Amino acid sequence: MRPADRALIFLTLAGAGFATCFLDATRLRAAAANDANGMATLVARLHLTDLALFTEARYTRHPSQADLHSPFQDHPQALEHFPTGSLIAPPAGLTRTTSEVGAGETAK
Amino acid sequence: MIELSAIRKAFNQGRENEFWALDGIDLHIEAQKVTALRGPSGSGKTTLLTLVGCLARPTEGRVRLAGEDISGLPERFLTEIRRRRFGFVFQQFNLIKGLSALDNIILPAYPTGQPRKQLLERAEELLARLKLGHRRAAKVEWLSGGEQQRVAICRALINDPELLIADEPTANLDSHLAREFMAILEALAGDGRSILLSSHDPLVTGSEVVDRLVEMRDGRIVDDR
Amino acid sequence: MKLWLARQRYLIDFTLASLARRKTRNLGLLFVYTVLVFMLASVTLYSHALRQEAARVLANSPEVIVQRMVAGRHDLIPPGYIEKIGRIRGVQTREARLWGYYYDAVTKANYTFMVPAQGAPAGGEIIVGPALERSRGLAKNNGISFRSYSGKLHTFVVADVLPQASELVSADLVLMSDESFRAFFDYPAGHYTDIALSVANPLEVRNVALKLAAALPDARPILREEVLRTYASIFDWREGIVLALLSAAILAFGILAWDKASGLSAEEKREIGILKAIGWETGDVISMKFWEGLLVSLTAFLLGFVAAYAHVFHFAASLFGPVLKGWAVLYPRFQLTPQIDGLQVATLFFFTVVPYAAAVLVPIWKAAITDPDSVMRG
Repeated sequence: MRPADRALIFLTLAGAGFATCFLDATRLRAAAANDANGMATLVARLHLTDLALFTEARYTRHPSQADLHSPFQDHPQALEHFPTGSLIAPPAGLTRTTSEVGAGETAK
Repeated sequence: MIELSAIRKAFNQGRENEFWALDGIDLHIEAQKVTALRGPSGSGKTTLLTLVGCLARPTEGRVRLAGEDISGLPERFLTEIRRRRFGFVFQQFNLIKGLSALDNIILPAYPTGQPRKQLLERAEELLARLKLGHRRAAKVEWLSGGEQQRVAICRALINDPELLIADEPTANLDSHLAREFMAILEALAGDGRSILLSSHDPLVTGSEVVDRLVEMRDGRIVDDR
Repeated sequence: MKLWLARQRYLIDFTLASLARRKTRNLGLLFVYTVLVFMLASVTLYSHALRQEAARVLANSPEVIVQRMVAGRHDLIPPGYIEKIGRIRGVQTREARLWGYYYDAVTKANYTFMVPAQGAPAGGEIIVGPALERSRGLAKNNGISFRSYSGKLHTFVVADVLPQASELVSADLVLMSDESFRAFFDYPAGHYTDIALSVANPLEVRNVALKLAAALPDARPILREEVLRTYASIFDWREGIVLALLSAAILAFGILAWDKASGLSAEEKREIGILKAIGWETGDVISMKFWEGLLVSLTAFLLGFVAAYAHVFHFAASLFGPVLKGWAVLYPRFQLTPQIDGLQVATLFFFTVVPYAAAVLVPIWKAAITDPDSVMRG
């Protein structure tokens, strides 16, 4: 076989592999759509608010529920020694004070 | 076949180092003849070959191919003419390194898009004719000087050109190989192919194969036999 | 058309033959290129899927969580507090939640203890998350003791283990009954951790929050949309960090590729002259080089992307999941649902394939328009 044909066949196969990714994604999405793993149900039933990704410290477990001062010990943007702390920004609502919230606005 | 009239060719025109390589050439190259250009280096032989072979355009004057003026044609058409009607054997052979002899030979036919099978058959024929069949798969840099030149000749003939142009074909060959080249030339001329070559090698210019000897000096034709 | 195709095939033949001349070099380049696409595609696929997964899963979390603040700190909800909320229009249900953290000295990990609103286990029994099952070697009906913060040892029986498939949200959970929770933490009777509100009309959530803030000045409402936004920004952040780390590699490759592709050697220039002299058009030379750029970059892109897809969605992004996920004792094990953002793929394609193809073409353009007679004169 000619090198050109070999190259074109190879490229076509790679292209088919590329297309297969999208097909496979559609298949897996369809499987997940009916909540096969029960995650959505569990979240609703237990009133869960956060992913269980950052379990290294108490204050990183629920980034959205964190206490005003605890995740960022001394200063809202202080770095601390867990990787999560240096990577996640504080939720926008946490950097405002309660008085601001109480003054008629919700936390943004 | 090819008519040159009042040809002048300048390099670096309009600059301080302006240089007129050809200065008023009138020449008619006949079909089915072997024409040789002879002259010292710098006499304008190679420049004349590039003009005939449509590799370059003259600064002044006209080039007529089969009665048609081609000196003003755009690059694309010149390429087309060059590919269809001329075959080149360069002094340095100018083969593409890393490719096999066979791949080098069929290279000029790529833009024509002919079926590969047909192309390979013709290349094999040419290789057989020049007794090079056993070296078809060898990379060209592994070939000897004489073999490289024969590959170059095969490449020049792949598109079945009307005119074979050879620039100093024996300059890089010893006498034995040069004589071999002349034998090949004789055979090609015997087929009725037109040949134009430049040389200052007496082995070539003095050969009986050459029908016509054009003597050049300082960009002019000084003798025409 | 047929002729055009035949020509292109010849041009590809030539370009492959000329690539094969520097086989190790070009294969090396292709490999590095593929790895680079693989890494970039893995990062974007992974963080996009995680973002989408967070949005999808957390779409079911409570619309509003109300925390009570005392002296600027999160405090317990006292008895009678929840009743004040009921009067706000638009609030469908309100449920007081009981949850907290427990540090397990045995595994050096933090667990989340929680009392489920419905389906709580009987007193003395717990339901554990899958990561806990792994780290403590638990199974159904096993007993386990935790030393509470007050120093007392409490023994529980594992009534059930949460499904492994839900690990992304449930890895470290320990569910127990109201009584067990209060007894374990010495939690004052009638007090709660926070309050979950469900609001039927999503347009009303903001109003509810405003009214809450007015009615209960010491409350801090956390809206679900804020949570979702937080997660989006977390993974944006992480994607950014990884991409920043990768950018050095990208730059290095850029220099390499540029040097390789654009630095036209004297020999290559000579070759172009030869090709033109023997009858190749300028367009043929450019097409030939275009194929070179396209073959290399397209191969790298397709292979890199397919490998990245398999890596992220079938091998759980094992290579750099830790950077994107976080760093913890209890890693949730989960398989992401593939979400491919067409725009992201197009961007990736544009930034990996096009620059290379261009770097190959630009110098050729310059070289290809030189006069073919240079071969004779040279």
